[in-house]
Amino acid sequence: MSRLPPLTPLAVIGFFGAAAFILLAGFAPWLAPHPVSEVVGGVWEPPSADALLGTDNIGRDLFSRLVWGARVTFAIAALATALAFLLGVSLGFYAAVRRGWVDQLLSRLNDLLMAIPTLIFALVVLAVLPKTMIVLVLVMAILEATRVFRVSRAIAADLVVLDYVEVARLRGESWRWVILREILPNALSPLLAELGLRFAFSILFLSTLSFLGLGVQPPIADWGSLVKENKDGLLFGVFAALIPGAAIAILVICINLVVDWMLQKTTSLKRGRRDG
Amino acid sequence: MLAAPKGGGLSLWAMLARRLALGLVLLWAVSLVIFAGTQILPGDVASAMLGQQATPAAVASIRQELGLEQPAAVRYVKWLGGAVTGDFGRSYSNRQDIAKSIAPRLKNTLLLAAMAAAIAIPLSIALGIACALTAGSWIDRTIGLVTLSAISLPEFFAGYLLIAYFSVMHLWLPSSATVSEGMSLGQRFVVMLLPCLTLVLAVVGHMMRMTRVALLNVMTSPYIETALLKGLPRSRIVWKHALPNAVSPIVNVVALNLAYLVVGVVVVEVIFVYPGMGQYLVDHVAKRDVPVVQATGLVFAAIYILLNIAADMISVIANPRLRHPR
Repeated sequence: MSRLPPLTPLAVIGFFGAAAFILLAGFAPWLAPHPVSEVVGGVWEPPSADALLGTDNIGRDLFSRLVWGARVTFAIAALATALAFLLGVSLGFYAAVRRGWVDQLLSRLNDLLMAIPTLIFALVVLAVLPKTMIVLVLVMAILEATRVFRVSRAIAADLVVLDYVEVARLRGESWRWVILREILPNALSPLLAELGLRFAFSILFLSTLSFLGLGVQPPIADWGSLVKENKDGLLFGVFAALIPGAAIAILVICINLVVDWMLQKTTSLKRGRRDG
Repeated sequence: MLAAPKGGGLSLWAMLARRLALGLVLLWAVSLVIFAGTQILPGDVASAMLGQQATPAAVASIRQELGLEQPAAVRYVKWLGGAVTGDFGRSYSNRQDIAKSIAPRLKNTLLLAAMAAAIAIPLSIALGIACALTAGSWIDRTIGLVTLSAISLPEFFAGYLLIAYFSVMHLWLPSSATVSEGMSLGQRFVVMLLPCLTLVLAVVGHMMRMTRVALLNVMTSPYIETALLKGLPRSRIVWKHALPNAVSPIVNVVALNLAYLVVGVVVVEVIFVYPGMGQYLVDHVAKRDVPVVQATGLVFAAIYILLNIAADMISVIANPRLRHPR
């Protein structure tokens, strides 16, 4: 971690935004003026002292729903990213260390899953799976794990051929030791940037699924659901749908600013949000 | 690997044939994954499709209709056999021939994607070159920041933002892109402008950033340093020395992002109610109409694979070194 470049103003803005989001998600019960599904006024009322951002499509306080929604968005995206990393990094490292047919098998299987665009794949499976949060997290995690697998396998494959790993192997260390003691510590810094990228992607992915009506199901709502709920107001000149949309955009911009700053030195990791 | 005659056109054709053959194998494997993906639920497809109305009699009739009594392997072979001959069966929800519903929608989707590509590619390459020419300056940083924001915008936010400005505040452009057979090309163009712009916003940032990186990577090579030390102006170095060598990575990025259009188009079509494949897929996912979802998923995957092969081939043409894989 000592290799991180000095902080830039943009990185500070990014950190600030990401921290604000996490605080919002963590302290939602204290920050939200109203319960999540309480009706406080008419449909799509303009902002007032009681409803800071106006009311939504059935008269609930949009600000409160935004605060509660931050919690849902954060929980699902963080959980999916964590699972994706657990799965992707361990399999990726394992493939790189074992090489041979294990590597071939895992890599080809991964290629196969990556041959279908993520969103299309998610839609195909969500057509039959029950619409629960657990299913949603698992589908997101598995699809993201394919991307994590590819990156972490590439990082580990570069490290495996280095002398000190060779020494450890010749010493007769097990592959578990090689992965945990030799490879993982040296892969942490590029993986950290990847973690940021994947988290940003998770948030966009979740929001998109919810926007399409296939992600988080009512009565629970994440930021993508809030856009979906309020989108019809747009044609009547009510811009309520733009507020959660802007929240997603600002959050993702902030995370990308932090990632950009982390990537300034480690250019080996190519930026790849757009990989399907 | 390939006994390629030097500089001959034959090796390229051989390569293309090989890639296409590999693509077919991949597509077959993908068809397995898609079919398996719709069989993995704990209960069975019939009760999932019916949801709340799953009476035993209704479940039995759907099972009969979908041939669910047969083992999965048999059903897969039948489905694939049909798909190969262009027969995707009938939609469960509206009984229409799926292949007939897909054909016009596929045309619409490809038209929208092509229109977006026609704008996005020149724009992003121009911006990328501008950034590389002025690397480190405020122009570079401003364009960089703007495109980073464009990357971070979810398509639906960008789309509704455009609708809010162009359709609601100013009434300049229609907010829905319902095209029909009778429309003239000009009318279509106007109606499709907003969805097209949304797609352009979705891909331009990434394409531009990668163009810039590819150019700057070439700029660090020794021969560029030589040119610099010779005293050549920076613009001449970029145009004459760096750009030709950056064509291959740029082409690759452009083609990969065209493949991303396949995903972006799904969301954009839903926002603008555009009668394409994406909207068709999303509608039928919500209805749990498995035959339609399988067919649409397969077509999307096929386009995606084809675009990736095209990306590969174009970068081989742009960079002859790739013709001799190690």
